[in-house]
Amino acid sequence: MLSRVADSIFWMSRCIERAQNVARFINVNLKLSIELGAATHNQWSPLIYTTGDQERFEELYGEYNQRNVIDFLAFDSNNGNSIISCLRAARENARTVREMISSMMWEELNKFFLSVRAAANDQTILESPYEFFNQIILASHLVEGITDGTMSHGEPWHFAHLGRMLERADKTSRILDVKYFILLPNVGDVGTNIDTIQWGALLESASALEMYRKRHGRISPEDVAEFLILDREFPRAMHHCLIEAEKSLNAIFGRRDDRIYNSAEQRLGRLRADVNYSQIREIIDGGLHEFIDDFQVKLNAVGAAIHETFFAEPPASSLEMSTQ
Amino acid sequence: MDFSAYQTDEFYDEMFEAPGRPRERSQHLVSRLQSLSAGELQRRQKSAELALLNMGITFNVYGHEAGTEKVWPFDLVPRIIEGGEWDMIERGLKQRITALNMFIDDVYNAQYCVRDKAVPEWLIASAKNLLGPCRGMTPPKGIWCHITGTDLVRDTNGQMYVLEDNLRCPSGVSYVLENREIMKRTFPQGFDGFSVLPVEDYPDRLLDMLQHIAPQGVTDPNVVVLTPGIYNSAYFEHCFLAQRMGVELVQGSDLCVLNGHVWMRTTKGLERVDVIYRRIDDEFLDPKTFRADSTLGVPGLMDVYRAGRVALANAPGTGVADDKAVYAFVPDIIKFYLGEDVILPNVPTFVCGEDKQCEHVLMNMEKLVIKPANESGGYGILLGPRASKAEIDKYRDVIRANPRNYVAQPMLGLSRVPTIVEDHFEGRHVDLRPYILYGKDIFVLPGGLTRVALRKNSLVVNSSQGGGSKDTWVLRNGYNGGRFQTQKQTLSGQSQYQTS
Repeated sequence: MLSRVADSIFWMSRCIERAQNVARFINVNLKLSIELGAATHNQWSPLIYTTGDQERFEELYGEYNQRNVIDFLAFDSNNGNSIISCLRAARENARTVREMISSMMWEELNKFFLSVRAAANDQTILESPYEFFNQIILASHLVEGITDGTMSHGEPWHFAHLGRMLERADKTSRILDVKYFILLPNVGDVGTNIDTIQWGALLESASALEMYRKRHGRISPEDVAEFLILDREFPRAMHHCLIEAEKSLNAIFGRRDDRIYNSAEQRLGRLRADVNYSQIREIIDGGLHEFIDDFQVKLNAVGAAIHETFFAEPPASSLEMSTQ
Repeated sequence: MDFSAYQTDEFYDEMFEAPGRPRERSQHLVSRLQSLSAGELQRRQKSAELALLNMGITFNVYGHEAGTEKVWPFDLVPRIIEGGEWDMIERGLKQRITALNMFIDDVYNAQYCVRDKAVPEWLIASAKNLLGPCRGMTPPKGIWCHITGTDLVRDTNGQMYVLEDNLRCPSGVSYVLENREIMKRTFPQGFDGFSVLPVEDYPDRLLDMLQHIAPQGVTDPNVVVLTPGIYNSAYFEHCFLAQRMGVELVQGSDLCVLNGHVWMRTTKGLERVDVIYRRIDDEFLDPKTFRADSTLGVPGLMDVYRAGRVALANAPGTGVADDKAVYAFVPDIIKFYLGEDVILPNVPTFVCGEDKQCEHVLMNMEKLVIKPANESGGYGILLGPRASKAEIDKYRDVIRANPRNYVAQPMLGLSRVPTIVEDHFEGRHVDLRPYILYGKDIFVLPGGLTRVALRKNSLVVNSSQGGGSKDTWVLRNGYNGGRFQTQKQTLSGQSQYQTS
């Protein structure tokens, strides 16, 4: 398939996943702010820290409160990572590859974008924000489901899947990091100030509470971290996402042997193996936040390598080679 | 909703002979529309509009913020054409396109038409869209114009005329298919009792044609659609056609020329391209041959094309016949190449390139519609009867400065079709753009795009200027299926085509 098209499909899918995860961030915080009442200060600032957009936020809004943070994360077109910006980008990418995706996908994504755009001008949305953001999560699942159910699982689908899995791995790691910012600024505090409610809310925001209970039963910080980082089977666990991403990458190359040919496969393979051979005790001892930071850096490197391998325009000299 | 208050005024109405008297072809539909309960038609119209919005069936408008999309305006009341009349239209269009192809080929080669004075010499010598680099060329299978959209209008007397030929990159066919789809979704009962000729096979026909013109020796051609990108006004259509044909939609930057062939950049390296349905204008196709500043095209494309290693549809250079001054001579062109009289007449046209006619135009501006010879999309037109004196005086200077570039026609009272306006019907002016494919044989899509001027009393149907559209139904009854094949043409002035 065309490199440009692969690029657009990859980003279309990533952007939809990103929008969904921003909605998840907001929802976990809405829950936490209710649970905690007025007990904690600045409970909205961590959301901005975890997305890494604090400079932009402070420049545009200044004060961290629920209204400003939700506006910035959901509806602000000046924020490239806001839900509306992600959906606009997803739709724009879909529009450039409309001939490649199924019409149902396009139609659903188009409706999704239009509904959020309409909501951006509707102040009553913020009266029941939880419901609204839940709708966004559902709409995103709907597009994902339609993608899986109506698009041949060939190369274009694998690019979509790859994009979605990388984005999801990154965002699960950030959801986990929210906890660090809220309550545990010191490495030494991990595992001591146990707050079951908060860890439960965290699991819920990853739609992981029920699956977690089936796996581990009682909520303990160590088990929650293990579940969201290391579980092979839970679809939002970082490890699971890496396994899936690697499968799609391999399918795109169409190879089944063990040889590594390019930096995308090499970097993703190494990161997947790192996580595979990690133990939760070791991660916590080394610092959960530090682990997540390192994970995100490596994941970004995977993204860069994918861009290099598939999307970037090759230099003319290598083109000459490839036609011979 | 009923037609009791519906007026045809002094216009030819496609649905009614006179107020309260439906034409035979539309009796059935009129009674069906009248049998709908109050508000039902408007509800369906709303649901059609919602479907268009959700399906993202849009067009872009230039001159606004980049990427401004507008939902395609659509009216639920179809325009009906009776089969017998369609048969005549189809024969007329085939005749026209056959002769125009022979003309284009002649213009770029021997120019017998000039030698034998079928057309005046100045017409060809001054043609703005005559492409020097195409001189001496003959495209694969001898066909230049593979895809044509010819605009037809009906005057107050009911006579059908050709208004203009669009031989470069005519757009709109995707809306013909989508309009039909929307009609089926929202008003399926409307079709009951009618035998409407299908339009859905157009993409298959288009693909067949594109494969047919592949370079010699290529058995399984790789076909692509070349678009300028998402900001082009017809981007929706480019996607639509690529998707329905199952071929790649490419931009200029996806293609490159290497080792004498055209390639596209894929995730697995370069892949050869054999046939390009280009939706980029000639002058942007290849910066090495045409405009050096164009980034939309592919450097070196024309060299590959001239070497016969890639096919382009339409062939570069067809624009020479998409010139409204040339249009005025089409009846002569048909006579010259085919030895026949024109089946579908032209609108009487004054050519400002001829001194006497120009004089007449300058004296009668307030009665005429004056058009630039090489614009499309309804740009630059002066409607004399509706223009102010100052506008007319200004335009007169424009014509004097470059008479070759203008033609004038009487203002036609375009026919009308009932159109939903709030809670009632009003007549709105329409035209018709049928689509013609020229490959192994000539195919005319039954019906075409009925464009409608949605504003009251407006005669401007272009979507870029506030026009909308309707589904067009060609009825099978009385239609003889008139297939007619064209064989290899010669330039001897004798026709060799036959009806089967």
